[in-house]
Amino acid sequence: MTSLASGSILYLDNVNVSFDGFKALNTLSFVIEPGEMRAIIGPNGAGKTTMMDVVTGKTRPDTGDILFEGETDLTALDEATIAELGIGRKFQKPTVFESHTVYDNLELALKSDRRARKVLFARPNGEERERIGHVLETIRLQDLRTETAANLSHGQKQWLEIGMLLAQEPKLLLVDEPAAGMTDAETAETAILLREIARTQSVVVVEHDMGFVRDLGVRVTVLHEGQVLAEGSMDEVSNNEQVIEVYLGR
Amino acid sequence: MSGLMLKALDRYAYLFLALIAVLAIVVPLLNLAVPETHPLHVSTYAVTLLGKYLTYALLALSIDLIWGYVGILSLGHGAFFALGGYAMGMYLMRQIGPRGVYGHPVLPDFMVFLNWKELPWFWLGFDQFWFAMVMVIAVPAGLAFIFGWFAFRSRVTGVYLSIITQALTFALMLAFFRNNMGFGGNNGLTDFKDILGFSLRTDGARAGLFIASAIALVLGFVLCRVIIHSRLGQVLVAIRDAESRTRFLGYRVESYKLFVFTLSAAMAGVAGALYVPQVGIINPGEFAPANSIEAVIWVAVGGRGTLFGPVVGAVLVNFAKTYFTAALPNVWLFALGGLFVAVTLFLPRGIIGTMQHYWHRLRAKAPDGDTPAPPPAPANAPANEPAE
Repeated sequence: MTSLASGSILYLDNVNVSFDGFKALNTLSFVIEPGEMRAIIGPNGAGKTTMMDVVTGKTRPDTGDILFEGETDLTALDEATIAELGIGRKFQKPTVFESHTVYDNLELALKSDRRARKVLFARPNGEERERIGHVLETIRLQDLRTETAANLSHGQKQWLEIGMLLAQEPKLLLVDEPAAGMTDAETAETAILLREIARTQSVVVVEHDMGFVRDLGVRVTVLHEGQVLAEGSMDEVSNNEQVIEVYLGR
Repeated sequence: MSGLMLKALDRYAYLFLALIAVLAIVVPLLNLAVPETHPLHVSTYAVTLLGKYLTYALLALSIDLIWGYVGILSLGHGAFFALGGYAMGMYLMRQIGPRGVYGHPVLPDFMVFLNWKELPWFWLGFDQFWFAMVMVIAVPAGLAFIFGWFAFRSRVTGVYLSIITQALTFALMLAFFRNNMGFGGNNGLTDFKDILGFSLRTDGARAGLFIASAIALVLGFVLCRVIIHSRLGQVLVAIRDAESRTRFLGYRVESYKLFVFTLSAAMAGVAGALYVPQVGIINPGEFAPANSIEAVIWVAVGGRGTLFGPVVGAVLVNFAKTYFTAALPNVWLFALGGLFVAVTLFLPRGIIGTMQHYWHRLRAKAPDGDTPAPPPAPANAPANEPAE
């Protein structure tokens, strides 16, 4: 098993989480390779969000191993440490700092020293400005940089949050339902955006929207009752008997 | 640091500081230099009353720093205020020396009364002013640090944290009521004679305390502005708006909360220390949970998250309290209750918050380029937007 871990960006082996007897994750194992984009689908309660929680340190697994870059054990670390290691997370509901401007949102997300005493005396500099400008371009919000985030549309907030993750410069991005609540045009734009990001970073996308996953055109893992039901291309899994039975066919 | 200062102070802040400075000069002057028969004379009673309001304003400011900007609703800040007050009270007690009723050279009256033979260890050093001043800050800050360390690490937030802070101040009240705690029990500390060699009964000492309160308020205000307008201040607002987002961006939220909570408690302690010599007494009643809640109400009335608001709120509500309790003693509580209902219903942003809101809207409608910048809604920290 360790041979699988070495060289991977994210490695889950036999992870179990239960809440009051309910098994949210049941011997969950999968591996993400560096530079890979992976879509994770599954019906409600399949354990998708719990999977993100255990990887990002919000929930401690009961048993099992979670290794980042083949060596760092994530199960003992807290959210802030894991974020600084280079794992970014996008929430299902777009979560940005509503009373800050778009620019300030990105500035806060920029990879930098996060210790309070350093942050107190931090001054904006030209290099940061350039990096933020670059991110603004990627998420197509250049014209709204001085706008307060609370005034953005739902889709723009989603992009801003993705932009914040980019500014954080993570090695691995976990994205929870990025297309939820978006218009068709926004959904298509988001797919393009994610593919752009995947050129430089590993990305795990959890998604309900089958059309969107098909658009991404990546390897798919199907979760069901806290474990992996099937894995393969979208065509392969959508022809899998078991998958049709528990998910697609309903 | 000077750069941070420049960024933190806009024209409204300067206006505010100038107002306090004028007050600090004019009020003592009208008290000391203008003869009592002159219509412009300010009585010593009024000086002391205004000085008390200023210490309340500093307490309100300390609450606004954590509630308005980080979203931590402390319903126990009166405890830090009272602890600072007790530290000052202990110094003032030691200054009485042999002039107490029992004439003991060292022991305060209540200890002689309790038949104590020597000073408890925790009273040592309080005969030194500098030591007492260190304790005024260290004791509230220390308690806040220990309390915050456990509370924020365990991720206690929202209403649960508020309830625990209430319990904290209530527990302290019960403890300080006990005679054998060594803080004067029910009666507290009183009958003070002098501070730094000046008799507290003189007009000069009263004026000095008033000026000291004004200076403390100014320093507290500037400190809060500097913090709010630094990047750390932006992180604090980020925590208020989306705590988990901040955490997953890699900020250790509990350290940030602990830092401001401790700082805020120290500010409340200083306020308490200035309050005690002006009112002449500190007793366990200051720990009463209702006091802390009242202080939160001043902030809400003035406008949370504005820094100006809490100062205005503290002064206005207390002025109303002073006026109504004298003029209409039976109606006072109804008037207070009515005020809070009215503010909640009609001014949910508080007085200053509402003014800023409409000022903002007005400015947004007038695209005229040379109009002055609107007052900063502090949450937006507009001062550090990129140049282009």
